[in-house]
Amino acid sequence: MGKTLFDKVWDSHVVKSIQNGPDVLFIDRHLVHEVTSPVAFLGIKNRGIEVLNPNRTFATADHNTPTINQHLPVKDPLSANQLAALEKNANEHGIRYWGLGHEKNGIVHVVGPENGITLPGATIVCGDSHTSTHGAFGAIAFGIGTSEVEMVLASQCIMQPKPRSMRINVNGELQFGVTPKDVALYIISQLTTSGATGYFVEYAGDVFKNMSMEGRMTVCNLSIEMGARGGMIAPDEKTFDYVKGREFAPKGADWDKAMNYWETLYSEDDADFDKELTFDAANIEPMITYGTNPGMGFGISNSIPTAGEGSGAQTYKKSLAYMDFSEGDQMIGKPIDFVFLGSCTNGRIEDFRAFASIIKGRKKAANVTAWLVPGSHQVETAIKEEGILEILNEAGFELREPGCSACLAMNDDKVPAGKYAVSTSNRNFEGRQGPGARTLLASPLVAAAAAVTGKVTDPRELMQLETA
Amino acid sequence: MAYDKFDILTSTAVPLPIENVDTDQIIPARFLKATERKGFGDNLFRDWRYNSDNSPKEQFVLNNPIYSGKILVGGKNFGSGSSREHAAWAVYDYGFRCVVSSFFADIFRNNCLNVGVLPVQISPEFLEKIFKAIEADPNTEFKVDLQEQTFTILSTGEFETFGINAYKKGNMLNGFDDIDYLLNLKEDIIDFVETRPF
Ligand code: SF4
Repeated sequence: MGKTLFDKVWDSHVVKSIQNGPDVLFIDRHLVHEVTSPVAFLGIKNRGIEVLNPNRTFATADHNTPTINQHLPVKDPLSANQLAALEKNANEHGIRYWGLGHEKNGIVHVVGPENGITLPGATIVCGDSHTSTHGAFGAIAFGIGTSEVEMVLASQCIMQPKPRSMRINVNGELQFGVTPKDVALYIISQLTTSGATGYFVEYAGDVFKNMSMEGRMTVCNLSIEMGARGGMIAPDEKTFDYVKGREFAPKGADWDKAMNYWETLYSEDDADFDKELTFDAANIEPMITYGTNPGMGFGISNSIPTAGEGSGAQTYKKSLAYMDFSEGDQMIGKPIDFVFLGSCTNGRIEDFRAFASIIKGRKKAANVTAWLVPGSHQVETAIKEEGILEILNEAGFELREPGCSACLAMNDDKVPAGKYAVSTSNRNFEGRQGPGARTLLASPLVAAAAAVTGKVTDPRELMQLETA
Repeated sequence: MAYDKFDILTSTAVPLPIENVDTDQIIPARFLKATERKGFGDNLFRDWRYNSDNSPKEQFVLNNPIYSGKILVGGKNFGSGSSREHAAWAVYDYGFRCVVSSFFADIFRNNCLNVGVLPVQISPEFLEKIFKAIEADPNTEFKVDLQEQTFTILSTGEFETFGINAYKKGNMLNGFDDIDYLLNLKEDIIDFVETRPF
């Protein structure tokens, strides 16, 4: 039986297999941020040990950071304390640290790929569940808890049972106005938020082959929202071109050595998956969520389903009550208050290009507050260089400074209770974007359409006007 | 982080018959700003437990004095979402040592095992029975036997066995954590680093 892509990468990182227990898995790249690391560093200190391989760990400040006036001291004392702790811990242990204002600063899953930290065939972990983003490069990348952060600091390894394998194929061609975010939300809506629990997913088929690296990152990022440990896509020329020349990517002879390994990274024809699913690209519409988990989504022109019978009905009704939606409601036309473009799901340059393509020549709706937050300073620079900033400004939008922002609302970017936000981030849980906030997850195109009309709008209508 | 050994736990239980309880509900992000592992239990289920003026929401189960115990019983797909270990800390710090559900999200289950909370996964039918037993009598006691891997409703004697990885089981029974194990492997790991292509 041939090996899967996942098998190949996993097996080459096993330091030791424990009988009836987990594997000891070597970690090539470890990313840390201010929120899930301080207790891990404290643990190292209390044990009186050193970080084993500081050069394999990279630290950035993102979760807790303000998105305006980053040159000023951080106002919230608790956040400031956490940021100071990260800086101190990084310095003490010789770990690279990209704090606020640093040209490489940004969301951990955006700066990893940008700087060549993310590599095909690598194992990558971070104390953040959307670490799955890096799977876009053919890496095994997944989120870990703080105890595991401490393990990686101490030993460059974690202990994990090998997950089962699932392949998700999407074949055919995507329709007009359908983006990678829609593909991911569609898959999650089909599988539910627990449909891939216990599995590591490989995405395959025409749609992913034809997708940009940014799009692949968006899809892999959302793997966790169907319960998967992570998702990955076999590396190809596009991947290698993206990685080549980036600061921390291998160079010269090291590059050739790495390429020898990378070119072996695909699932064999006779590889066996524990589960395999196939979808048709033609069935995917621009998506939007209507409930309080990412699986509660559908094509934007649909109406909210009625609650079924059984144990889930109560939870479903609670969810609609939180959203103040009713069974049978149409989503199109629902008024909204906030738009958030950003996060490690959709905070890359391609997302800003998509957003700009719709708002160009239009005006921000008066009832909408928009937070446009680039994923990193490099994204911010590209927005300026490509002239996107002018388009945004002319339409009445402002650009903020990089960070996680309203994705998890640890900073001041909180959607007020009861307000509706169309958000390009990844979670619509109760209170995720602020206590009482109501989140509709969607693509940058859907967010842009909402931002200029002030309500849920099918972006294809605005796009068709242009092409007509 | 060391935790108390887990062997046999006999206790009443707190019912939370809601599905897809995500870690943002278990501990909202705004309470993740600590640099030490302290006080998370106070903010367990913060937004379900308290109004915005910090007064308790009376209808929420943790504010209902008739329910208590070291076992939390949740609906299907418990602990989905964010990888924050703070969620498992909050559960532990509040005083729960065992969470029961018919299905757990992966990272939460892992985090629980790493901090001394035992995740017990049982069938949906047995979960229903447990909810019904608590509804009928909030003083119903349950026994969790890690050695035997059984969860028992003491009043009726009905039980189900649950799965746990043998290695993790050993750790929980002894109160060990993985880092002790990994530190003993240090030489092997250092040799392994040499084989990496990057
Ligand atoms: S943007 Fe959101 S999901 Fe991504 S790293 Fe930040 S908090 Fe996590």
